[in-house]
Amino acid sequence: MKSTTMASFVGAAFAAASLSAAAAEVEVLHWWTSGGEAKSVAELKKILESKGDKWKDFAVAGGGGENAMTVLKSRVVSGNPPTAAQIKGPSIQEWGREGVLANLDETAKVGKWDSLLPKVVSGVMKSDGHYVAVPVNVHRVNWMWVNPEVFKKAGVAVPKTWAEFPAAAEKIQKAGFVPVAHGGQPWQDFTVFESVVLGVGGAAFYDKALVKLDPAALKSPTMEKAFATFRTVRKYVDKDFSNRDWNLATAMVINGKAAMQFMGDWAKGEFTAAGKKPGSDYLCVDAPGTAGAFTFNIDSFVMFKQKSSDASKGQTDLANAIMSPEFQEVFNLNKGSIPARLDVKMDKFDDCAKKSNTDFVATSKTNALVPSIAHGMAVPAATAGAMQDVVTQFFNSDMTDKAAVEKLAAAAATK
Amino acid sequence: MRDRLQDWLPKIVVAPTFVAALVFVYGFIAWDAYLSLTPSRMLPNYDFVGLVQYHALWSNDRWWVALRNLALFGGLFIAVCLAIGLTLAILLDQRVRGEGAIRAVYLYPMALSFIVTGTAWKWILNPGLGVEKLVHDLGFPGFTFDWIVDPRMSIFTVAIAGVWQSSGFVMALFLAGLRSIDDSIIHAAQVDGASMPSIYLRIIIPSLRPVFFSSVMILAHIAVKSFDLVMALTGGGPGFASDLPATFMYSFAFTRNQIGIGAASSMMMLAIVAAVVVPLVYSELRSVSRD
Repeated sequence: MKSTTMASFVGAAFAAASLSAAAAEVEVLHWWTSGGEAKSVAELKKILESKGDKWKDFAVAGGGGENAMTVLKSRVVSGNPPTAAQIKGPSIQEWGREGVLANLDETAKVGKWDSLLPKVVSGVMKSDGHYVAVPVNVHRVNWMWVNPEVFKKAGVAVPKTWAEFPAAAEKIQKAGFVPVAHGGQPWQDFTVFESVVLGVGGAAFYDKALVKLDPAALKSPTMEKAFATFRTVRKYVDKDFSNRDWNLATAMVINGKAAMQFMGDWAKGEFTAAGKKPGSDYLCVDAPGTAGAFTFNIDSFVMFKQKSSDASKGQTDLANAIMSPEFQEVFNLNKGSIPARLDVKMDKFDDCAKKSNTDFVATSKTNALVPSIAHGMAVPAATAGAMQDVVTQFFNSDMTDKAAVEKLAAAAATK
Repeated sequence: MRDRLQDWLPKIVVAPTFVAALVFVYGFIAWDAYLSLTPSRMLPNYDFVGLVQYHALWSNDRWWVALRNLALFGGLFIAVCLAIGLTLAILLDQRVRGEGAIRAVYLYPMALSFIVTGTAWKWILNPGLGVEKLVHDLGFPGFTFDWIVDPRMSIFTVAIAGVWQSSGFVMALFLAGLRSIDDSIIHAAQVDGASMPSIYLRIIIPSLRPVFFSSVMILAHIAVKSFDLVMALTGGGPGFASDLPATFMYSFAFTRNQIGIGAASSMMMLAIVAAVVVPLVYSELRSVSRD
């Protein structure tokens, strides 16, 4: 009796195992573990499972993706990469050069991705001319988040150019408020700096200096002017800014202690969570001098070559699910960014997202759509890291503008 | 047969640990040394390029900042921990009442992880929230204590937090050492008319040499390993002013896709530790064998 029960158990186990092997299992590495982000990932899981695939979650929290990237490297080196991983920017091309990424050209042709994505964006998704990644969202980085009450109390208008900034900030400071809410972490210093370069030099200069890394542009008087303006911003942050988290700086603007913050559109989530309404309680404005330009930061998923052949069905399903208008709408409503596809209806999105989308579509036709260097979209991690070191050291010392441009040009040569 | 087994038994028991240490410690150190001679960036790459990564490392501003910080932090950490630990141990050794409770209080910080220590001290030393604000509220508006946001002074705040955490442990080591000193030597010295301070300076402290040695070994490796304390307390300091070699290595090897430079910096960390520990061990073993 006992042996037949055993046999039936074993038989049932085998049957169950072979059943689950028929549906493709998609193991997805990501670092979206906080509230809104986790909800968005759950949406993707729902869509994928409705196609009959199994979602295996591989969430690695912390560090804005640093920990996830470290885990990913060890998985790839051991020959067992996950089916898909959340990788963005030039790292996609670096991984592509290692020869471990799966080709998505078929899926892209069927889904007509070339016509749905701006050329700059699809360029980031390709390695060696072949699609290897699919974009999930578009974050705009050159935003300025403004508390209109503080500006009214100080009797100043919101500055539209960097020339207007010092006078406005001076008046705000005299009125007893903090002009610029800033968190002194290197990536935040770099985020403010790239908005300054964009505002002072324009999109073409930004592209030449911070994307193409042209030494003449990096050592030019325009770059010196950018550093001088950056020094001015330094004057108008409060004393305790060092190592402050970005959301605590946003809280200063929400609570009316500070007038403005230079941060990407993920700051909008903080305002929404605090119950503030765009247009009345807070304003989303282009960073001074950057009207008509758009600095993008795009999260994307990359597919790895797998040993088993039925993995490619899962990867195709995942790529199509991510590019679908339904997912793009739902995900970005939860995350605070805008869809990467140019043709998604923006009815359900709030005013700031609508403005972001209008600018995204408009700048995709001009050359004013530029990748964010502070968020790993423009140059490889080694170069961006070295340049970030120079920028953050400038912010925290009394380095001269001339010394700074020399150091920046030297850092840009890091391979 | 049983004698043979008894001879071999200790070796058999220690063998797995020995092999594991050989592979996982020394084997991996050798692998890391090789990686520092390759052009590895995001993933390991095994071409041999000589000392290129070391050239890049030593021409990197941030590495020099990290080394300077290690010297400042390490030196202060060890010296102040030893001083405070020894003082507390001597005071506690005077057979005070409630010695057990006081000893526990001084030892408690050791039970915290460096992350907790770092975070708590970050709040205490924050100019707007902590000590500076407290003193302002007490009525001294001119007082400033903003070391943690000052690029030149932030490494000293790391030393403050580290000393607070580890002094109790050093005190416990010294207390044990003090208790093991033979009373008869002290009585003999007192009979000879020596005063208490000179008894301490000439007899007791020199006989604590083994304890000094163990404390320095332990404190030195905590200092060189410091990563979590720096990350929690200053995040690398304003900019990278409070960077240490451990945080430098992590940032370059893993975040910046420059494994070659990260490997070179970790070999340099090994060299620093060896330069301090090897002569110390050698001199101690020599003096032990002389005794």
